[in-house]
Amino acid sequence: MFKPSALAYTYDGSFEGLLCCVFESYAWKEIPLAIHAEGGEIGLLLEAKWIETDKDKAARVLKSLPLRISREAEELVRLGFWSCAPEKEMLLLNFLYLGFKHGRKVMNMLADDTVNTLMKAVQQLRHEAHLYTGFVRFSVYGPVMAAVIEPQGYVLPVIQEHFCDRFQGESFMIYDQTHGAALIHEPGREAIVPLNGWTPPEPDETEESYRRLWTGFYHAIGIKERRNDRLRSSKMPKRYWKHMVEMNGSNGVPVLTAAQRKKALQPEVPETIIQLQSLDKKSAPQPST
Amino acid sequence: MDVMEKLEILTASAKYDVACTSSGSDRKGQAGALGNTSAMGICHSFAADGRCISLLKVLMTNGCVYDCAYCINRKSNPIRRAAFTPEEIADITMQFYRRNYIEGLFLSSGIMRNPDYTTEQLISALELLRNVYHFNGYIHVKAIPGADDTLLSRLGLLADRMSVNIELPSQESLGRLAPDKSKVSILKPMGLITNRIKENRSDIVRYNHAPRFAPAGQSTQMIVGATPDTDYQILNLTEGLYHKYALKRVFFSAYTPVVEDSLLPALDTKPPLLREHRLYQADWLLRFYGFKANELLDEAVPNFNPLLDPKCSWAVNHREQFPVEINRAPYEMLLRVPGIGVRSAQRIVKARRAGSLDFHALKKLGVVLKRAQFFITCKDKPLEGLKVSEHTLLRSLMSGEQLALQQPQVEQLTLFDDFNLSALPAADGWDLLKKGAKA
Ligand code: SF4
Repeated sequence: MFKPSALAYTYDGSFEGLLCCVFESYAWKEIPLAIHAEGGEIGLLLEAKWIETDKDKAARVLKSLPLRISREAEELVRLGFWSCAPEKEMLLLNFLYLGFKHGRKVMNMLADDTVNTLMKAVQQLRHEAHLYTGFVRFSVYGPVMAAVIEPQGYVLPVIQEHFCDRFQGESFMIYDQTHGAALIHEPGREAIVPLNGWTPPEPDETEESYRRLWTGFYHAIGIKERRNDRLRSSKMPKRYWKHMVEMNGSNGVPVLTAAQRKKALQPEVPETIIQLQSLDKKSAPQPST
Repeated sequence: MDVMEKLEILTASAKYDVACTSSGSDRKGQAGALGNTSAMGICHSFAADGRCISLLKVLMTNGCVYDCAYCINRKSNPIRRAAFTPEEIADITMQFYRRNYIEGLFLSSGIMRNPDYTTEQLISALELLRNVYHFNGYIHVKAIPGADDTLLSRLGLLADRMSVNIELPSQESLGRLAPDKSKVSILKPMGLITNRIKENRSDIVRYNHAPRFAPAGQSTQMIVGATPDTDYQILNLTEGLYHKYALKRVFFSAYTPVVEDSLLPALDTKPPLLREHRLYQADWLLRFYGFKANELLDEAVPNFNPLLDPKCSWAVNHREQFPVEINRAPYEMLLRVPGIGVRSAQRIVKARRAGSLDFHALKKLGVVLKRAQFFITCKDKPLEGLKVSEHTLLRSLMSGEQLALQQPQVEQLTLFDDFNLSALPAADGWDLLKKGAKA
């Protein structure tokens, strides 16, 4: 019933826009060969068809997902849209063709190439989002905190709930440099907004001193007899290092000598070295046999 | 001594404790408090040795009145000593947590004066953190063997996880290397914690607001390679601990020589990392794959094969149970096939409902065919062209374990083109951030 046609859809790059592409494809019973976001690459040999974003059409498609496929499929499609799968639009369209044909069963068709590729892309997005729950590094600037990330997938909506719950009393921003967007939170308010370009301010002295403490901790915790650079890079790929203080990322601190550090660190605390010899032998406990 | 120096000393003294997980506790944020906990745990960084850094792992003090031979902090070892005040610990924890450097605190200590006094110090640091600073993140605290029951109970109400380290897998080894400790002194607090956790569960059922006692459970650690104990002894003990004390985790720590001692391996001995790795693999087989310790090892073969992982070893010795038919085998049997993990077994069970699976499909589901091929059939046929001789079998199973995950190259995409600063809230403080935005 569907005819592949030498057509490329172009849309505005929004999720609603993509749903309208799905609507269009069903309305005209045609399968485009490609779907491009506006401003992205355009296939040279294909006739381009502009798909206008229409809220009603998008809503109709969206409503049909849980009804005709399943809730899980709806979530998969949303997450798939945020993933960085190559030609994700065609992937999602193909998945929906399968979903509307097979219903909820499509979620079990793990060996199907389309379902498999989409699930892998979503798994990768989820994985990256999970990594970022740990790898985000805030800098504290007086009453607010800010962090820069450069994810491959669009992870902000995936990590939003985690950070807004954890730091519910804080005002913070996580700026996604790759996608030009920022998650902004103040007590009681949160939003993801477009933000194209942002350079972190210079850290003040307090901020610097905690960065230094953390970097010092990082170096002290490793066991040198077990050094394993390959294992580290597989768990924490190098592309994340750029924005991590302890890896000398963009907001990293130079490793200073002990004397320099002493000067830089405030406030000084009194010497509390416990002298081995001074430990009172009498207070030693009985061996608890 | 400044805080930085203290932190370096007290971290270096804590680093041999391998546990750094922040899992097992699922607590939402609270108004007026900082933090939450995530059930699966979060790694915030990875050290140069490849180990996860999740918690600020430090000692209150590395001064100790005990003299355990294997320990860098033993009384007779001439190293620099330092001590944190509760305020310093609370401040560093809060500041690190806010910056998202850590998931929480792992606090342990050398024995100051005696176990009770030490436990009181731990309690005062945690009380400050929980009740004054309102820290709601993860806390793992070490229970000190020999401390009073009431003190241990108070400690457990402040922490997510508690641990008592077994350290050495047998009474003989303990007697030789840790003369101040004994099996009894270690198992007693462990039993107490197990009971308190159990009681607490039923309290919570009765009154919803009963305070939680170590909701992330209890773990322990054993040093591997400092004593002649076999893998079989270690694994049996591990299994026993899971059953008897309902432990969440048993950790293994390859012994890194830190002090010269005639009772211990020489200082230039390399830590037995492969052995540690095998024990962790076996530990997973106990916890997630339905294996029993005595299926994996016995008196006759008391140590793991360095060349084959424990599951492959078992499969090679139980060829009579194979091949299994992928489209019919029960989940439990799929889990026993080398090259099939928990995830791929679950995927197989799901995917075969939608249609029968062939070898090509298995590959897509994440099965490592290179290993699995010898043990399975698809639609009652073995993999085409498969030649099974003892030689090819072992060679394929032995080939190294892939540590590096492959990161596919992907193109970047842009969802938002237009620059929209006005969307930033106007409240104080944001101005500082706004300055950084490119016009
Ligand atoms: S009691 Fe703990 S800190 Fe003290 S020597 Fe023994 S293992 Fe080390």
